[in-house]
Amino acid sequence: MAHAHDDAHGHDDHAHGPDKGIMRWIKTTNHKDLGTLYLFFSFTMFFIGGLMSLVIRAELFQPGLQFVDPELFNQFTTMHALVMIFGGVMPGFVGLANWMVPMMIGCSDLALPRVNNWGFWLLPFAFTMLLSTFFLPGGAPAGGWTIYPPLVLQTGNSFPLLIFAIHLMGISSITGAINVVVTILNMRAPGMTLLKMPLFVWTWLITAYLLIAVMPVLAGAVTMLLTDKYFGTSFFNAAGGGDPVMFEHIFWFFGHPEVYIMILPAFGIISSIIPTFARKPLFGYASMVYAVASIAFLSFIVWAHHMFTVGIPLAGELFFMFSTMLIAVPTGVKVFNWIATMWKGSMTYETPMLFAIAFVFLFSIGGFSGLSLALAPVDFQYHNTYFVVAHFHYVLVPGAVFSIIAAIYYWIPKWTGRMYNEAAGKWHFWLSSIFINVTFFPQHFLGLAGMPRRIPDYAVQFTDFNMVSTVGAFGFFISQFIFIFNILACCYGWFGRQRNATAQVWEGATGLEWSVPSPAPYHTFEDPPLVGDDGMPVHGNAAAHAH
Amino acid sequence: MATDTHATPNLSRYFVPAPSAWPFCLTIALILTVYGVSGYLEDRAIPTTALICAGAALGIFIIFSWFRGVAMESEHGMYNEQVSRTYRWGMSWFIFSEVMFFAAFFGALFYARTLSVEWLGGAGEKGFITNSILWPHFDAAWPTNGPGHVGGAFEIVSPWKLPLVNTCLLLTSSVTITMAHHALKAAHRRACILWMLVTIALGATFLYCQATEYMEAYKELNLTLGSGVYGSTFFMLTGFHGLHVTLGTIMMISITGRLLFGHFKPESHFGFEGVAWYWHFVDVVWVGLFIFVYIL
Repeated sequence: MAHAHDDAHGHDDHAHGPDKGIMRWIKTTNHKDLGTLYLFFSFTMFFIGGLMSLVIRAELFQPGLQFVDPELFNQFTTMHALVMIFGGVMPGFVGLANWMVPMMIGCSDLALPRVNNWGFWLLPFAFTMLLSTFFLPGGAPAGGWTIYPPLVLQTGNSFPLLIFAIHLMGISSITGAINVVVTILNMRAPGMTLLKMPLFVWTWLITAYLLIAVMPVLAGAVTMLLTDKYFGTSFFNAAGGGDPVMFEHIFWFFGHPEVYIMILPAFGIISSIIPTFARKPLFGYASMVYAVASIAFLSFIVWAHHMFTVGIPLAGELFFMFSTMLIAVPTGVKVFNWIATMWKGSMTYETPMLFAIAFVFLFSIGGFSGLSLALAPVDFQYHNTYFVVAHFHYVLVPGAVFSIIAAIYYWIPKWTGRMYNEAAGKWHFWLSSIFINVTFFPQHFLGLAGMPRRIPDYAVQFTDFNMVSTVGAFGFFISQFIFIFNILACCYGWFGRQRNATAQVWEGATGLEWSVPSPAPYHTFEDPPLVGDDGMPVHGNAAAHAH
Repeated sequence: MATDTHATPNLSRYFVPAPSAWPFCLTIALILTVYGVSGYLEDRAIPTTALICAGAALGIFIIFSWFRGVAMESEHGMYNEQVSRTYRWGMSWFIFSEVMFFAAFFGALFYARTLSVEWLGGAGEKGFITNSILWPHFDAAWPTNGPGHVGGAFEIVSPWKLPLVNTCLLLTSSVTITMAHHALKAAHRRACILWMLVTIALGATFLYCQATEYMEAYKELNLTLGSGVYGSTFFMLTGFHGLHVTLGTIMMISITGRLLFGHFKPESHFGFEGVAWYWHFVDVVWVGLFIFVYIL
């Protein structure tokens, strides 16, 4: 296959290896380079956001004000959320999509490589701008990550920087999403039909649609905030005929699909890992695809369940309550299928599998607390309490974050050509799993007992659970240094040659990405492989075609 | 569709561009601009004008250079059918994202008209309390600048004067750009250029009429961006539309320039089609504006 194109080699000889030094990373159009940049950016943001959460937890270790004044506390809760959502989880998943989607569908790169570069480089600048607001007079935004007016309009010097940072993140997300959609629709190798695509590719395709549909709506919402503050418009001003609640509607029309943007790729990762280590094909592949599509559709008609207490009409409360509960059905299909995949499998428990199993179990806990919150009368009680904090941290940390960790343990041998240290991985898993529950499980009790969120001080009866939670948070943060050690050891080969990975890496792994050598060549499939019915290349090892 | 095209393996290579510094520089340009604008909005002691001008100049230069590079790649035959499909899909989803951006503002308009103004006027049990306690003299009506009469009394722009003219201009321009497209496909380059010039003239005239209308609104009708929720939705919707018309006109000027340089072939001219799609999109948004903002 390769010879047919020898005449075409003239113009792209330069593309055979990366440039040297910093310019490689600034100018790169390579999906693997950009995937790596996205992932390191995501880790940096997780680290910064994690430090903010430690300040929050330290302050909440006991009642009274110890370390930060309430204004700074509010800045930390707001920025912790913005950094973790837009800087940690989303770029983490985009980084994984960059690395894996082209390798999974058998193409040379993402469809629009220069746009891909732009999408990445917007982020470090946007977040530098956002984080710099801590040093402006008046400090960083402190009105909560949901930036509700009229409160957020009281933000000082940092307000336009917040708005523009969100605009830039939005551009980054939209360009990234268009790239993923176009790559998947247009660049699949011959034989890679839609219903042969790995679930990670499917979930990212649907996630990308969600991003294209809702990020512009967020851009519109924050633009209205900007004009309300500086140009005299009255979108959210009742005296002018507007309504602050209107912002909540527009924001959550973005915000609820956003929740699924942060979990659907995780579903794809878990659906890749569990069959590998259960050594069985994924149970109910087609139903998994349809379940993800249903969740994505439903995510557009549930937004007002975030607003049960603002005073929407009764019919609205009922509609949004039932539509939200409906999401439990496709989610239940997915959890059932993961368990059915493991059923009677010949299971082994390497680190990625441990994180995947913990995901299924702990994400389901977050799902169940979400179901409680979906009930409007119950939500009246739970709204703005630590029960909500416990709920969304259960779906985001042992959900989204565990899936990113699992994905990295699962694929890093393919990326670096070296195995991570399994013992350190297991230590990382057990410490993370224990500490994450120590951190967030007591918050359910705090919320049920009535402790409000986003408040730096609390009544003394909440002290014990808060102390437990703080200990867990510090333990979780420290445990992550094992992970950093494992990643750097893989990247820089600290374990020596005996840790080199084979092409297949995992005994039960199937899919195009396992048919190429480890580490994967800089340009993986310059000539597309022909994909057989089992999802593997027909002509033996496709690496023969890779340069 | 994509499945069918893969039925027979397409073995020609996909074009992967060389490393490029344009995206990184475009980010720098954007950051300079927004940092300058944010300093201006908050009266901060930073050289705002210099930042904005530097950012904008750099941005325009980079966009021009980047697109010129893409046009050159295309003219040198580096793009195969698959790359062309990529651009089609990419442009389609970009336009969809633009639709959703306008949807946010249309959503705000519909919400204000059917819910928030009605509630302020006393509709519903919660609206009843809001109205009777805060603004007992306010009756729900549209157009309105709210119970606080924000921005003072104003009149609205009549839809049957300049807006009707503008509607005719834009609808005609959609026809003329289609004529240009047909001429290009039939290899009648001169006719194509002429139709494009007509389309550009129609777009520019639209912008002139829109500017005139804005000046009348501000000077004679006291209808401003600050005229309560009516002024907010009116100017934000028509203003963002006007920005898109401006952008579309610039895009049309650049592809007309490319036509003059001999770019595009009768069977392959995605750069042209992408601009035409964008222009039709701008046209459709205007029809929505004409109906929901001006007439109803």
